[in-house]
Amino acid sequence: MNKTERSTATLRPFARKLVMEPNPEDWMAVRDGQFYCVPADCYVDPMTPVDRAVITHGHADHARKGHGRVWATPETVDIMRTRYYISDDTEATKLRYHERHDLGGGVTLWFASAGHILGSAQAVFEYQGQRIVAAGDFKRHADPTCEPFEVVPCDVFITEATFALPVFQHPPLEAEVEKLLRTMTTLPDATIILGVYALGKCQRVMKTLRLAGYDKPFYMHGALRRLTELYESYGQDFGEWRMVSDYDRKDKDRYRGHIVLCPPAQVNDRWSRRFADPIPAAASGWMQIRARARQKRVELGMVCSDHADWNDLIRTCRETEAGMVWITHGRVEALEYALEREGIPAKGLHLIGMEEEAGE
Amino acid sequence: MSFADFSDLLDDLYFTNSNLSKQAIFADYLRRTPDPDRGWALAAIGGTLSFDLFKRNLVKSLMEERMDPYLFQLSRHYVGEMSETVALAWPQSPEPTRLNRLPDLHEVIEEFKARDQGRDRAGIRDYLIRLLDNMSPPQRWALLKLGTRGLRIGMSARTVKKTLAEMAGVDVGVIEELWHGLSPPYEALFAWIDGAADMPDISNVLTYSPVMLSHPIDEEKDLDGLTPDTHAAEWKWDGIRVQVAGMNGEARIYSRTGDDISHSFPDLAATVNWDAVIDGELLVRPANESGEREIGSFNDLQQRLGKKKPSAKLMREKPAHLIAYDIISEDGASFRDSSLDERRERLEAFIAARNPDYYSLSERLDWSDVDDLRALREEAAASEGLKEGLMIKRRDSVYVAGRPKHAWYKWKREPFLLDAVLMYAQRGTGKRSSYYSDYTFGLWGEKDGEELLLPIGKAYFGFTDEELAQLDKWIRNHKVARYGPVQEVDKELVFEVAFDSAHTSPRHKSGYALRFPRISRIRWDKPAHEADRIPALEALVGK
Repeated sequence: MNKTERSTATLRPFARKLVMEPNPEDWMAVRDGQFYCVPADCYVDPMTPVDRAVITHGHADHARKGHGRVWATPETVDIMRTRYYISDDTEATKLRYHERHDLGGGVTLWFASAGHILGSAQAVFEYQGQRIVAAGDFKRHADPTCEPFEVVPCDVFITEATFALPVFQHPPLEAEVEKLLRTMTTLPDATIILGVYALGKCQRVMKTLRLAGYDKPFYMHGALRRLTELYESYGQDFGEWRMVSDYDRKDKDRYRGHIVLCPPAQVNDRWSRRFADPIPAAASGWMQIRARARQKRVELGMVCSDHADWNDLIRTCRETEAGMVWITHGRVEALEYALEREGIPAKGLHLIGMEEEAGE
Repeated sequence: MSFADFSDLLDDLYFTNSNLSKQAIFADYLRRTPDPDRGWALAAIGGTLSFDLFKRNLVKSLMEERMDPYLFQLSRHYVGEMSETVALAWPQSPEPTRLNRLPDLHEVIEEFKARDQGRDRAGIRDYLIRLLDNMSPPQRWALLKLGTRGLRIGMSARTVKKTLAEMAGVDVGVIEELWHGLSPPYEALFAWIDGAADMPDISNVLTYSPVMLSHPIDEEKDLDGLTPDTHAAEWKWDGIRVQVAGMNGEARIYSRTGDDISHSFPDLAATVNWDAVIDGELLVRPANESGEREIGSFNDLQQRLGKKKPSAKLMREKPAHLIAYDIISEDGASFRDSSLDERRERLEAFIAARNPDYYSLSERLDWSDVDDLRALREEAAASEGLKEGLMIKRRDSVYVAGRPKHAWYKWKREPFLLDAVLMYAQRGTGKRSSYYSDYTFGLWGEKDGEELLLPIGKAYFGFTDEELAQLDKWIRNHKVARYGPVQEVDKELVFEVAFDSAHTSPRHKSGYALRFPRISRIRWDKPAHEADRIPALEALVGK
């Protein structure tokens, strides 16, 4: 293990430079459609197995299996193990937030919280006095299940643009939870089948419901169990939750007046046949758009996103005081255009493998 | 009630699939909302608002002033629609006027109306901005859709009327009869529903009268009871059933469901200079090859359906024509309680005095026994789609709204049958949302020298629940590719498809579209390559 030291985000000022020395693209390159830190011989969130990989968080469009060495936060490493992304052949280095690490080739790596899911991090690379932050996925809205986003001043900020259109202005999740609870009061005999991604969304929704005073047990699809237990091992408390698979298939009435959580694909699939009076529901940032909610056959859409919305994307790029913003995927054109209008040079990279809806 | 309640209502209706739930939600709103808000909500949802609160162009120009045009364009392309884009992305005014409360629905409508009547365009603009500044995205969506009369929340006029009928504890026919005689905000209607007043009197208003419908004949049970003394037979024409109504120089043409379609048939409406309500089949009379005009097929009629303003050329080529079945009232006297034979006499006299280019009498067919009826039915089948079959009516039947038992029978010609191959499947809605229950099927045909399947139609009924489960399973095991919600499957399963008729359609790859297609049998046994080819369809329905 290399010598590590604590750093603070505001270690030194980063003035905006028009000409950067060295050229950041020389040491943080796009290779095979993914980021590659040249002097450290290391990829960031690679989609294909590589020798050396820095992983920002555990969602499948960022963390994959088969890498030789992995650097990630302790939570992310645990998530990857739970999902079998890390095998015995993988050497995993856990770095807590702000723990500085010599990545080799003169590159220092440290992680800053991204506010996306448990353990999610921005990967901060420092080389020859320059700092590049690969934000991974991030959000600025409050989330009781993970650390809040931290602004790290930098020369180059690498951001996603999943919700980069002015139509995406995420409401506070508390208001959406109220909407769900109101429906349950109006239709007390219905079963709410709520589609949530297993990692992050599921736990955030449960926790927010608990904080809003919902105290009945949750029923849960098997695919959500292990990650929820992992969150609990990090001190999260979701109250009582039960596995649907523990009950008789024919006992359809048991779930009336309750929330059943499952992966989004199950909401309207065969699995949902075992519930009486089901109301298909989903928690996702896309629920903002009516046609998309309808297309997913959702009758109750909670606008709930783990990504920054339009205003937060622009605010964040501004706050990092980055001299240059690179945009990996999503509504690249819109963000590129808006940042240029603000006087922030921006460049769309259209990286491969970033599935639009994964993790959302 | 605040506009917020109206907006919540629209959201609930929009996202709810089942019609029964929609009815429950709407009835609940109408019960707890006072006049005149509930009447305006009814008008907005029932599609009877007669004016725009503001113009679409105003909304567009407001956005152009407030938002970067490129970002607006990207947003609109992404969302796919302007009102929702504006609702979501509305940039607040720098110093918005904050309202202590959102106005009520009726206040919003009255305010816009007053400013419009005062030709106060700046006032309309200011009021719209003030509302948008104070609303949440769903509320803005409701306002924009209401204001430009673009509400599409998947609630049919029929469901709206059913909701009212259930609240009033009457048959839906009663509401249909009233509906066109009343106008927003429907205070008299609600006073009656609440039990606080008598049923509104609409006898002096030109309006739709609910029509009498028939039952399919049960060949086993019903045929034996038929005699020429008790029953009259007529052709069942393949046009659209309409009601032509005139009063005090006004004319209306209503569809079977009570929609006013006068605007599509101004040529027929212009002939109405009488006070009566006539029930009949609307068709067109194009000229044949030798220049004579004769009754055209449904295909010919189709070009005139749904046209807001048909061109003079179209009306010349395909003039409207009514084949009269029945007379419901004349000069203020209702004949609903008279027998069919008595009404027939009046109808004959009425039609005799009309221009035969536009009106003719539905022929009473000669028959003496059931074999004659069978022969007539065969004749209808050979009419190249002009006649759908026979109508057999009790001669003493009074004219009742709805489908009274054993009064009128329809005896349709046998449906056409074809063996088609399942190509794509889609999930259903509501109870069927976990099942692949919508099926697109095709026939073999040739395109650019290559033998391939060409889709000819879609069906989602005709099978039992058990068969649905089997089909669902088969589809899940034979997935090929996915296009959004559409699942392509292996081209291996054959359906025997029944349909009433087919017409040419440039929108379909095969060149044909089927009417009323349904799955009549699942041919688990039949190999796909033995399914029918496009020429078989051509042979059945004529090219």
